[in-house]
Amino acid sequence: MGATPVTDAAWATEVLESDKPVLVDFWAEWCGPCRMVSPIVDEIATEHGDSLKVLKLNVDDNPNTAREYGVMSIPTLLVFKGGQADKRIVGAKGKAALLADLADYTG
Amino acid sequence: MTATESPQQVVIIGSGPAGLTAAVYAARANLEPLLVEGVVEGGPTGGQLTLTTEVENYPGFADGIMGPELILQMRAQAERFGTRFVTEDVVKANLDQRPFTLETASGSTIETNALIVATGAKPRRLEIPGEDELWGAGVSACATCDGFFFRDKHVVVVGGGDSAMEEAMFLTKFASKVTVVHRRDALRASQIMQDRALANDKIEFVWNAIPIEVNGADGVVTSLTLKDTQTGEVSDLPADGLFLAIGHIPNTWLFDGTLDTDDEGYLIVDEPSTHTNVPGVFACGDVMDHNYRQAVTAAGTGCRAAIDAERWLASEGIG
Repeated sequence: MGATPVTDAAWATEVLESDKPVLVDFWAEWCGPCRMVSPIVDEIATEHGDSLKVLKLNVDDNPNTAREYGVMSIPTLLVFKGGQADKRIVGAKGKAALLADLADYTG
Repeated sequence: MTATESPQQVVIIGSGPAGLTAAVYAARANLEPLLVEGVVEGGPTGGQLTLTTEVENYPGFADGIMGPELILQMRAQAERFGTRFVTEDVVKANLDQRPFTLETASGSTIETNALIVATGAKPRRLEIPGEDELWGAGVSACATCDGFFFRDKHVVVVGGGDSAMEEAMFLTKFASKVTVVHRRDALRASQIMQDRALANDKIEFVWNAIPIEVNGADGVVTSLTLKDTQTGEVSDLPADGLFLAIGHIPNTWLFDGTLDTDDEGYLIVDEPSTHTNVPGVFACGDVMDHNYRQAVTAAGTGCRAAIDAERWLASEGIG
């Protein structure tokens, strides 16, 4: 099971009210580097789904959320904890580097 | 994967057109190439083409093809003939003894008899105050990735070459205005690209100027401080975004002190072959070419590197 799509409409319930920390992958079809990061995010969803909820948000279809959180470059990964953006990772990274960045949330 | 038990015949570092073409040829020569495709150190997996849109000058695609799609096709072609892929960055290379040893970011070790270096080049940064702090918050080196976020805004493109013109024209799809800032009074871009950019109503030019600081407020870009290269005069150019297109730096740091480079830092090969100064190590693509730097020339040198590697392995009696 990979990252689950999330929308502007479902944002509050899925992300802000989540008990677990939430990793959100901001992406779009036309973004080359996003295609490189998405499979890694899917793997993280599979491997760390117990401690971390992993979602992906298509910025084309859901521009409001991207704007609200000042996402101006994709891929951007945001981690939400208790309804707040707790960490921001901009640009494509490898799995090892991403897991290091996410160590606080993956238990 | 941990340490490979026995040396690979040939390992390719790099996943752009050079590395993937080398993989196609090496795989078809039954060398069972292992391609370390890299993730972030040298730029994105798939190389610079993954950051482009329409590629109109790659032969065989009469109607053009999207850069990322072209790379995916090359990768599928390499895979079809048995190329194996490792999606990691190489962090260390030992070329002092054979087999050569590579270490990846996760700590794996790869041994190989022959090595093809196709690590490419990555976008040059301005290295001015504010650039790092505002990276991803208005500062970008990828218009196709980030242009979308600048709908009806004013963006600046720094540079005067083909890629600067391409970025500027792409950004006009979103931005209300695009200002190209160039350090000279004439463009370096090809005539066709110049003509297109100069004719575009949404594009303005600031000549003889270099950015010296990126300014922001509330964590996003608000303006750019420019310095006139003729008069030294300093001015402020309000802008919501800054896109860099000021050339590339070859990815050679893995080989500092072992592979010879020219004055600009590009790997030197024994033209017309792709042999470097270390026997068994071959270089292709943008890491050894600051002259042409096209997808098709990178693919061409990748082919040469694979053939050179195949012949070298045979001559050493290990092919």
